[in-house]
Amino acid sequence: MTSTTDPRELTVGVGAGGLATADMVLNIGPQHPATHGVLRLRLVVDGERIITAEPIIGYMHRGAEKLFEVRDYRQITVLANRHDWLSAFSNELGVVLAVESMLGMEVPERAVWARMLLAELNRVLNHLMFLGSYPLELGAITPIFYAFREREELQTVMEEVSGGRMHYMFNRVGGLLHDLPAGWLGRVESTIEDVRGRLPDLESMLVGNEIVHARTRGVGVLSAETVAAYGVSGPIARASGLDVDLRRDTPYLAYDQVFSSGGPGRVVTRTQGDSLARLEVLLEQVHVSLDIAQHCVGVLGSLPQGPINVKLPKVVRVPEGETYYATENPLGFNGYYLVSRGDKTPWRLKLRSASFNNVSVLSETLPGNLISDMVAILGSMFFVVGDIDK
Amino acid sequence: MSLLEVVVRSVVVLAAFLVLPLLVGQTEHKVMAHMQGRLGPMYAGGFHGWAQLVADGVKFAQKEDVTPREADRWVFRLAPAVSLVAYLVALSVLPLTSGVVGADVGAGVLFVLAAMAVGILGPLMAGWASANKYSLLGGMRAAAQLLSYELPMVLAAASVALAAGTLSLSGIVEQWHPLWLVWQLPGAVVFLVAAVAELQRVPFDMPMADSEIVFGPLTEYTGLRFAFFLLAEYAGIVVMSLLFTVLFLGGWQGPFAAALGWLWTLVKASAVAFVVIWFRVAWPRLREDQLQRLAWLVLVPLGLAQLAITGVWVVLTT
Repeated sequence: MTSTTDPRELTVGVGAGGLATADMVLNIGPQHPATHGVLRLRLVVDGERIITAEPIIGYMHRGAEKLFEVRDYRQITVLANRHDWLSAFSNELGVVLAVESMLGMEVPERAVWARMLLAELNRVLNHLMFLGSYPLELGAITPIFYAFREREELQTVMEEVSGGRMHYMFNRVGGLLHDLPAGWLGRVESTIEDVRGRLPDLESMLVGNEIVHARTRGVGVLSAETVAAYGVSGPIARASGLDVDLRRDTPYLAYDQVFSSGGPGRVVTRTQGDSLARLEVLLEQVHVSLDIAQHCVGVLGSLPQGPINVKLPKVVRVPEGETYYATENPLGFNGYYLVSRGDKTPWRLKLRSASFNNVSVLSETLPGNLISDMVAILGSMFFVVGDIDK
Repeated sequence: MSLLEVVVRSVVVLAAFLVLPLLVGQTEHKVMAHMQGRLGPMYAGGFHGWAQLVADGVKFAQKEDVTPREADRWVFRLAPAVSLVAYLVALSVLPLTSGVVGADVGAGVLFVLAAMAVGILGPLMAGWASANKYSLLGGMRAAAQLLSYELPMVLAAASVALAAGTLSLSGIVEQWHPLWLVWQLPGAVVFLVAAVAELQRVPFDMPMADSEIVFGPLTEYTGLRFAFFLLAEYAGIVVMSLLFTVLFLGGWQGPFAAALGWLWTLVKASAVAFVVIWFRVAWPRLREDQLQRLAWLVLVPLGLAQLAITGVWVVLTT
């Protein structure tokens, strides 16, 4: 039983022609179990086959960019870690890196490596969420419990260091909020070891399952050209064979050392571009991120004691000018375009979020597929609605 | 058969019909929970949440019974009953042990399959009458799925009836021999797969697919009518497990069958129900067209082959 064979068509004849059919408009969302949030898809369907699909967004628009303009940079960090609520640490990291680059600020080395460690743990947390929720959309209810068991362990170490389980708010302009607790690195290391040891349980339920293969192989194929045309990034782009990763291509923090030859970092790619490839990329990235995190723990352990942040003036004013700072968030490129007029608030802070571009490609991929495939494709686009609507 | 006897038999069947599905439901809560590293319900009733489903039932009874304005009222309201009663009727002819059966029908196999085929109308009626697009899609899926799974199921059952030389369920159990486990195995597999598909359970739960079409035919149902549909699903598991036990696993046959026959039937049926629950924990759902391909290209040929093997065997040995 494979899904790659051509669909058979059976025409039931009434008189000389087939049955008369009428197209139906089906609104998936804004309240629907598969959109995990308030995304809405307006589908025109013929039976179960989708003729046109139009993503309608904005139900969760909170005007984040406008709100940025009336807040100082620490307050912006609070706000910016919320649009993609599964990648809070990576979101706040982008803001402080942009501000630091405009201030020309040198961040202590311990802060650099600690940030990288936390960013990679955050990436694992994010990916585990989707590795649990995607099977749920395909009808498998067990993997999410396996994924959440690992998430709990990782959230415990994140909570110990930052106090937060979701919105960490641990970054500050110039470094981190405070130093790492005593003995924390050892606990991180054993947690990474545990998570890595139990991952095969989850993997065998996903890529080791025939029905998952039947539902995802060859479904929702994205060509590398389409990916490039729509600005799709992150794991979805890499599953289509587009070898881009900002951690390697425009290194920030100390990623140049991690992604150099001999380092633990590598860019995971596939060429098929279907839903299965996207799932595989996500799974493999979890392994890579755990490797990088482990490497960071090793480096942090060997660094001498020292400050973890830079002493800041009471009011941080970014000098006049503009910059664009993009980081590789778990879901793709996350960029901040910061324009400052020398005030304590930015004049404009434009947010380029990954999910917005990743979801816009849906109107291209969905037509021609069945409603069941729609769910399989939608789930494999790994989006966060807040990241779309901002 | 006196009137009193009819009443007593009916009450006993009804009691079994109300208790066994709850047992299966509670087992599902617990089995699923422990397979997923959870505890499941722990509070209702005190000991390991044994009264959770009773509490659920009370809650459902308190809910408002909504009938959508655009719905086809009578069809909409009748649908849960059609689903439920079909399984009740089917349960009444399934033998528990030698001589213990609600109603001893001569052509029991035919009767059970016919009764369950009526139950299919429930989701179809619900899907059509709800005036909801998701329900309609679900109803269509249910219709396509249930029709295509009747055939392999009938073929597998026919093979057993042929081997036993009788259509009576009790007669089949009496003719059963452990060797059947071997040479009726393809038929048993076909029957089990078809049964899961007919029950609309994972991996064949496309008519209900909650992440795709919300809850299919049940989307618009509330309160007790919704609960009846859920009860029908678990009653269906009970009926299918018992039927599978009677047809393929030798019903009450086993050591000390004279005294413990009823226990053997229940143990075997519980094992089948456990497998059905296990499927739900382990697998995602197939796509509708993949299910049709499985039915027509794998199960129907397999069922026909089983029927042919049985026919040849019966002709050669008698």
